[in-house]
Amino acid sequence: MHIPDGYLGPATCGVFYAVMLPIWTIASKIVKKTLKARQVPMLAIGAAFSFVIMMFNVPIPGGSTGHAVGGVLVAILLGPWAACIAITVALVIQALLFGDGGITAIGANCFNMAFVLPFVGYYVYKAISYNAPADSNRRVLAAGVAGYIGINLAALFAGIEFGLQPLLHHTASGQALYCPYGLKVAVIAMAGEHLLIFGWVEAIVTALVIKYLLKTSPELLEEGRG
Amino acid sequence: MKITTKLWIGLGVLIALSPLGLLLPDHFKAGDAWGEWGTDGVKELVGYIPQGLEKLSGLWSAPIPDYAFKGWEGKGLGSLSFAYIFSAIVGISFIVLIVFLLGKVLAKKDDY
Repeated sequence: MHIPDGYLGPATCGVFYAVMLPIWTIASKIVKKTLKARQVPMLAIGAAFSFVIMMFNVPIPGGSTGHAVGGVLVAILLGPWAACIAITVALVIQALLFGDGGITAIGANCFNMAFVLPFVGYYVYKAISYNAPADSNRRVLAAGVAGYIGINLAALFAGIEFGLQPLLHHTASGQALYCPYGLKVAVIAMAGEHLLIFGWVEAIVTALVIKYLLKTSPELLEEGRG
Repeated sequence: MKITTKLWIGLGVLIALSPLGLLLPDHFKAGDAWGEWGTDGVKELVGYIPQGLEKLSGLWSAPIPDYAFKGWEGKGLGSLSFAYIFSAIVGISFIVLIVFLLGKVLAKKDDY
């Protein structure tokens, strides 16, 4: 889901930087108000976890690959605003050091994976786990469903961003200037492979880690929401 | 053991296992992620390289492109796995450093 340089036109890149700027600003303000100094290591662990889990490319035999983002987990543990910052740090490092995701697309990639994914995941988790006791399996289920829905909405947005390009930018003869695939193909590809495969990876990763933490450190799931 | 210590160890395990993200796609002959093809890949798929894509795709030259060392393209899976683990360590080191610096600026100090 890391949109590279060249796939989005300048207008789309600009719009998503412009959208992310206030989100990053609000995130810093909210995190400044709510993050406790002793939670900083957890934030670092969350960002590092998101980074490394994205390196686990899962193959569709003979087809493409994809991966989990781990961002819903970070949002459940630290709140969606802190998760937004953690995932942004991971995505910026991926783009700058490893060319994974474009420099021009950092705004769009952060919108999908550092905004849509943790926020949707967080509120789905909250809704399903509402009033569940600390040892309840409903929390584990909520985490899995949150991971699945969070990453799928992020992938849907990525598909729409890809798919809008041929409409926005093409030569007089109709050749695309950036992503050559239109909405139908891009949305079906991005949404389809995440609904069928990669969404389940995010769901399982999120649910398993929450299950483990509920058993070993339930206090982590009770604090630090912001 | 503190839970953060356990989680750091868990991260270490993930780093050590990370080459699976390279080896499994290779084993199952899976290619690039959708929409992340290089210019050659795009040409193969649609028959031409979109002009803007060609211009922008080389915009940034990452120091460790695709988690592999420059000039190691023809190397075997063992070397590539080594580069992958090395990349994970470098990436996580930068991330942890940045988050701790951000934490110094952002986090409240008065609630220990």
